[in-house]
Amino acid sequence: MTELNLDLTKEIELLRLVTVGSVDDGKSTLIGRLLVDTKGAFEDQLLAVRKKKGETKIASASEIDLAMLTDGLAAEREQGITIDVAYRYFATPKRKFIMADCPGHEQYTRNMVTGASTASAAIILVDARNGVMPQTKRHTHILGLLGMPHLIVAINKMDMVNFDQATFEKIRQDMTDYCAKQGIKDLICIPMSALNGDMVAVRGENMPWYEGATLLETFESLPVLDDVDAQPLRFPVQLLNRPQTAELPDYRGFMGTIASGTVKVGDKLTALPSGKSSIVKEIVTFDGNLEEAFSPQSITITLQDEIDISRGDMLVHSDSGMEPKKEITANVCWIGDEPLEPKKKYWIKHTTNTLKAMVTEIDFRTDIHSLEQETADQLAMNEIGQIQLKLLKPVYADHYAANRSTGSFILIDSFTNNTVGAGMIV
Amino acid sequence: MSGHKLTQLKALEAESIHIIREVVAEFRNPVMLYSVGKDSSVLLHLARKAFYPAPLPFSLLHVDTGYKFKEMYEFRDAFCKEIGVDLIVRGNEDAIAKGMNPKEFGVARCCGALKTQGLLDALEEGGYDAAFGGARRDEERSRAKERVFSMRDEFGQWDPKNQRPELWSLYNGRIHEGESVRVFPISNWTEMDVWLYIKEENIPIVPLYFAKERPMIERGDMLIPYYEENKDQLLEGETPKMIMSRFRTLGCSPCTGAVRSSATNMTEIVAEAAAARRSERETRIIDHGANSMEDKKKEGYF
Repeated sequence: MTELNLDLTKEIELLRLVTVGSVDDGKSTLIGRLLVDTKGAFEDQLLAVRKKKGETKIASASEIDLAMLTDGLAAEREQGITIDVAYRYFATPKRKFIMADCPGHEQYTRNMVTGASTASAAIILVDARNGVMPQTKRHTHILGLLGMPHLIVAINKMDMVNFDQATFEKIRQDMTDYCAKQGIKDLICIPMSALNGDMVAVRGENMPWYEGATLLETFESLPVLDDVDAQPLRFPVQLLNRPQTAELPDYRGFMGTIASGTVKVGDKLTALPSGKSSIVKEIVTFDGNLEEAFSPQSITITLQDEIDISRGDMLVHSDSGMEPKKEITANVCWIGDEPLEPKKKYWIKHTTNTLKAMVTEIDFRTDIHSLEQETADQLAMNEIGQIQLKLLKPVYADHYAANRSTGSFILIDSFTNNTVGAGMIV
Repeated sequence: MSGHKLTQLKALEAESIHIIREVVAEFRNPVMLYSVGKDSSVLLHLARKAFYPAPLPFSLLHVDTGYKFKEMYEFRDAFCKEIGVDLIVRGNEDAIAKGMNPKEFGVARCCGALKTQGLLDALEEGGYDAAFGGARRDEERSRAKERVFSMRDEFGQWDPKNQRPELWSLYNGRIHEGESVRVFPISNWTEMDVWLYIKEENIPIVPLYFAKERPMIERGDMLIPYYEENKDQLLEGETPKMIMSRFRTLGCSPCTGAVRSSATNMTEIVAEAAAARRSERETRIIDHGANSMEDKKKEGYF
């Protein structure tokens, strides 16, 4: 058991995680285990899911139906499946974690994409008895597309294979080979038993042959961000701040979240698309003005000159060399009920910009099992492919591989208003 | 590595401010639900930060059941006046006039009338298309699956199977006429984060959160605050006692219990929150049905 974290205001960072896996890989059990072992779940929440009703004390984690702790909706408990992404929170003295628990069932792949989009590390559950399944490959491929910085393969249910090292090694080799084909290099494989707790928060005594870190130690040591503040400045303008009060009659600030990079007072910035430049006068926050700000801070910038800037514009350093794009090539994971069809118009939301777009072509669909590219006239829900998009107006975007914030977009059905596509600019 | 680091609280703060600003940018007529509790206090603080130095671009809406603790009313009026925000107070006057109460009509019916219906009526009256709420995903298991932008149909109801996926920080604010969203900017905060942030930022909160000798009725595991004017809440054999106690969460006085505590300042409250073995919702009688929160949300509760 880890110690309780009494002072989360110290230099404690936030790490966002996502867990994915096939239906019976024991994902809910693993998260339940993490919550119990880090005391991220409370006694009354645990008592509500104990196996033997009527008990008023929980003596050990084995008395709890760990999966019930995370399956929040009535329909899930009735059907014994996980339908929707659930977010869980736990902390150790070193870090605070937000974990998206994603359903593994095939028809809910869209939820996995959702959970993975904000995560810095993904945990893929593999049942040691079954090894690498087609669904495992599908998820790994999607995680590769989403540019997941770190992949952790949790080879679970080791208790069901007598904690056999050879079984673990075989699965590790299979995953390593598969990931190599995807161009994923940062792969960590950990054998565990979520049910017993071996190699989750504690090492246990069943796998002395494994010398690597436990799952929780791994969570504590992964880099939090992939240096987004070392990247070029991208400041999509969310809103104009114009108090128009007696004290501040002429104040004009530009509110936004720094998508990447850093900005300093005195920096020369250019507003896109107008191309007009000015110097940063102030970086304003409620807690006082800053000399410098970095991603992902939410700030307000004032400029020395009055230039026309509105929502959807982007402030960048004047030497950025960013070019407008009216045509975009993107990988898209389709998450809408109705399939994606060429020539259909959608709304695209890219940073703080929402505009009309048309899919001009589907370059290919990727067969998730063979990873072969095949021709397609449409993309159905949960399918992945590469498309060509034509935009009504040009946008300023980066490649997704270079910048997750300015390289991503969502597609919105213009009739239903539902979010139907997750796009990553190639 | 350039060495810039945000603490986890500052990272949560930045995310919340981003969400609040997106709503103001994309919706016609937002409003912020304000329940006077600690989560509302944090939410309001974040909103003030989001638009500084401008004033809040929306009003606060308190859906009043008439059963809040008197300390909450005093705090609400004084604090809103002090910071100069526009406060709207609404309630289900019909049900209040008919004497709706949890003892006679049952907790579910009372909540349904005073909170859910009161909220739906107030939102309809104001014509709001977005309402900020201070709900957190760590509070309760159906809330763990809630979106930041929670879609509601024209009756304000939540359909857990028909929620939009939320990718990256790209929130889809497009809705049809009549539909609305409930927005939860502090979705990713835990109870601990809320207490730590209140401590760090010196955010004023209702004094009931701090321990004091208070008249209480002991009923089973629960501590029920006793007020002279509500003598009839005493059951046979019960006598009020002065007990050093405080509230972890604040709701309606007949349905919110206190806990024994000696925590009289924020440092002690944070220490207590860290050592807590039971969730804060345990002192809220309304949550204890099998799918209670899920059912309430489907009916239009936030």
